Amino acid sequence: MQEAIPLNWRKYPERYRLEGTHCEECGQDFYPKKNICPNCRRKGKLEDKQMPREGKIISYSKVKASHKDFKDETPYYVALIELKNGVTIFSQVVDSLDNEVEIGAEVEKVFRKLNDKKYGVIAYSHKFRVKK
Amino acid sequence: MTGISAYGTSIPLRRIKVEEIAKQWGDNPENIKNGLRVKEKTVRNHDEDSATLAVEASREAIKTNQINAKQIEAVYVGSESPPYAVKPTAGIVAEAVGATPNLTGADLEFACKAGTAGIQAAIGMIKSNEIDKALVIGTDTSQSSPNNALEYSAGCGAGALVLDKQGEIAEIKKTTSYTTDTPDFWRKAHKEFPDHGGRFTGKPAYFKHVINSTKNLLEQTGKDKEEFDYFIFHQPNGKFPLKAAKKLEIPKEKVEPGLVTPKIGNTYSAATFLGLSNVLDRAKPGQEILLTSYGSGAGSDSFWIKMKQQPENKLEKKKPEKTLEDKINRKKYVDYGTYASYMNKLKEVY
Repeated sequence: MQEAIPLNWRKYPERYRLEGTHCEECGQDFYPKKNICPNCRRKGKLEDKQMPREGKIISYSKVKASHKDFKDETPYYVALIELKNGVTIFSQVVDSLDNEVEIGAEVEKVFRKLNDKKYGVIAYSHKFRVKK
Repeated sequence: MTGISAYGTSIPLRRIKVEEIAKQWGDNPENIKNGLRVKEKTVRNHDEDSATLAVEASREAIKTNQINAKQIEAVYVGSESPPYAVKPTAGIVAEAVGATPNLTGADLEFACKAGTAGIQAAIGMIKSNEIDKALVIGTDTSQSSPNNALEYSAGCGAGALVLDKQGEIAEIKKTTSYTTDTPDFWRKAHKEFPDHGGRFTGKPAYFKHVINSTKNLLEQTGKDKEEFDYFIFHQPNGKFPLKAAKKLEIPKEKVEPGLVTPKIGNTYSAATFLGLSNVLDRAKPGQEILLTSYGSGAGSDSFWIKMKQQPENKLEKKKPEKTLEDKINRKKYVDYGTYASYMNKLKEVY
């Protein structure tokens, strides 16, 4: 499935640089970006902030039957990852051997293709790999 | 002055052995391994291309020496396998490392020496005081036609250098070139795979240009070969650089540290960057390096690089946490079918 060009382009900060938001009022980080702080509401002061590029796996799954867009990549891992600032993110885990993907494994962010069809622009984004 | 203040590398995790390719086409693997001096090569994954490898190498360089990406004023990417025929990889890299928007960027092309052409462009901009800091990358996911000699060596990888006036790691003291019109290797527009002139890629192409460019550098600087601790030559296979060294009467011990092709294949535009990184990983303060790239078509760029005088522990802190050797040793083998699918050789299927 080809994303609309502006939709992909608007997400560059989040997808390319793992940019989220930080509330100066309560100190909490958010990813994906928030327009309003859920803790402080109108008193909140949100600013853009790059999330840490490292974290650990808190849960994972090995996908063997995928959406047809990801058929070429099966089997692959998806995981819930807790970044070093406590923010939880859902991402694919690549370049990691079967015995390395486990709960508690330290992971680091990598830059990869998310979608590349014959026509249309290539969507790049973050994925993670087990730190070795 | 202009110098290297940070460097980074990126190679895919996956490898294919010469034996596996030879089995597919009924070739004798021992003949190929002895002929090319290549044992295995890197293979990109489905979700990797020359842009993702370029970003990873750049990020390693920037992270290691805590470079402020906003201070990068030029990004030059050399490649012959860009993800787009029209749309610059330089913009993707600049956006991903957070260097945008106040900078210049361009994708350069000169077969395997596109990356070193980028180094020369950056040196010009820095020396003329137009900019302070540049990011230069050589990256490729090289194409090769199935059942072609190239298939045994065409690999994937990227190397990145941050160049500036400070040169925290090494100074680039001089660069020279040697360029002609020599049709040894080419890929016509809209063609999927490159063609080459077989044996013609040797004497009138690789050796003539590499040797003359290196001689140009020695002549113009008045330096003696003996004064250099390391020599890095472009490495389309494991044999050519050693043969060039022999012709130049350089001991092979000074060439081998910068020779990584036997283990990862010919990474095209990345090859000289990766050879240099392998040398920088082990070089000591004050040591001198001579690097000569080669791009088919054909041309060579040579560089005189001198490691900055500083305490050894200070220099070590400026090198990436993981050496290129660490990355070469971490690998996962794939079979021919998987490789053909990853490298997009199965047209109309993927």
